[in-house]
Amino acid sequence: MLKGLIKKSGLTLEDSIADYSKPMPSIPDEICISCISCKQVILVQDMLDNLKVCPKCGYHSKLSSHERLAITFDESTFTEWDAALESKNILGFPEYDEKLATAKKSSGMKEAVLTGKAKLDEQDCAVVIMENKFMLGSMGFIVGEKVTRAFEKATEQRLPVIAFTVSGGARMQEGIISLMQMAKTSGAVKRHSDAGLLYITVLTDPTTGGVTASFAMEGDIVIAEPDALVGFAGRRVIEQTTRTKLPDRFQKAEFVLEKGFIDMIVARSKMRETLSALLRLHGGVKA
Amino acid sequence: MSAWEKVELARKQGRPTAKRYIDALIEGFIELHGDRRFADDGAVVAGIGWFNDMPVTVIGLEKGRDTKEKVARNFGSASPEGYRKALRLMKQAEKFHRPVICFVDTAGAHCGIGAEERGQGSAIAENLMEMMTLRTPFISIIIGEGGSGGALALSVADEVWMLEHAIFSVISPEGCASILWRDVQRTKEAAEALKLTAQDLYAFGVIEWIIPEGEGAHVNSAKVFEAIREALKSKLAVLCKKEIGELLETRYKRFRKLGYKGE
Repeated sequence: MLKGLIKKSGLTLEDSIADYSKPMPSIPDEICISCISCKQVILVQDMLDNLKVCPKCGYHSKLSSHERLAITFDESTFTEWDAALESKNILGFPEYDEKLATAKKSSGMKEAVLTGKAKLDEQDCAVVIMENKFMLGSMGFIVGEKVTRAFEKATEQRLPVIAFTVSGGARMQEGIISLMQMAKTSGAVKRHSDAGLLYITVLTDPTTGGVTASFAMEGDIVIAEPDALVGFAGRRVIEQTTRTKLPDRFQKAEFVLEKGFIDMIVARSKMRETLSALLRLHGGVKA
Repeated sequence: MSAWEKVELARKQGRPTAKRYIDALIEGFIELHGDRRFADDGAVVAGIGWFNDMPVTVIGLEKGRDTKEKVARNFGSASPEGYRKALRLMKQAEKFHRPVICFVDTAGAHCGIGAEERGQGSAIAENLMEMMTLRTPFISIIIGEGGSGGALALSVADEVWMLEHAIFSVISPEGCASILWRDVQRTKEAAEALKLTAQDLYAFGVIEWIIPEGEGAHVNSAKVFEAIREALKSKLAVLCKKEIGELLETRYKRFRKLGYKGE
């Protein structure tokens, strides 16, 4: 499934894996890579067959928003919302125009989030999927607008929302306007919640800053992928301020689960069935 | 005055901090402590008292005046328990139909191991959600520094006001220069680029009123307190007359319009 998607996007296999591991000298007809986590040599084909999870160590590598959509929701059921919206350099911030142009090119998206409606195991839901390759999934005013609209539409249409988050936080090139998106999205989540509707968030690696401190943590049910970094302040900043070396597992999903801020950690291979079961428990239809 | 000069003034030692405003404006203030879950956070000063003839809930991010107090108050940087204390008192204000007045002055939410372990992101997120539908009038005043999410966690209000030389920003100029350009030498440039002054925010429609302070609130504190007293008096009278549904709809729209300006 992922291989087909990669072909459609016009990327080569090497491009699609370039962000998480180093291509190795090819064995004839097969491309090998070394896993960024366990460093073992694996076949790209095996990685793709395994939803981009390392078959040796279980490391969950990053997915694009379209890959996430493809492996989670029912085929050909997705209708995108607000696809035309794109950011502008509202503050005239230095170098931001160039960054936006690069982000659009490298992600193939107009902004750092994909929103719309889809079915999951034949159940309707609104979908919010953030895109790591677009400025590390940072939240500017278009991300805020699209997420807010998704919740408003879901409230109108009485749909549950499933959000996959990945974000470096608020987008500083948009100054105070980006900060205000935290309040704006939270307001829309609250209205959706007050209407008695279900919101599930799936925190993927990494979910930090202003997104953690707004809609990522506001789900009725908060799930994380294994090993995902989940936090508010950046690790480097905390190390600098406190002058301590933080343990490796600090801010990892397993640590955050232990501290009581997420409901469960779900492996990618079990994500679809878990989400489906949760939707059924809230839709009143037993499978 | 350049953006960087404003930053320096907003952080200036001797500039009135939250407690000074509470002392000047609130009669019979009774401080209430603790989040009922973990601890009492000294960075947040909160309680109840009289504003003229009206009981109000007041919450301030307090930096502290001398070194000893600054340490006790963690320089005004709140931990999750501080935000949870604030939320507890906001919900109490809602129950007893008291308006909420916040005085915001913080470099940002506390950045540390314990704060992360106790869910800093989750605490701020919960405040943002709950403030949006808090069924009582709510005014927030940025008196010095409005540091990112840590300031926003007390500012999802019906109106947000700023002192003339206060700042409100998504990130500190130092943080911005260091993260974006890996060069703290460019801090002043970052201060300009971030558009963080009260005048910038007023132009964006993020705040409703700029409170004049002349050379600075540290020189003209009495005038600043009087200006706030008058404005609170007339604004609270208006907000208290509003039907709650309308109040909340207006509050939602206040934030809803920020950013996107049409296709």
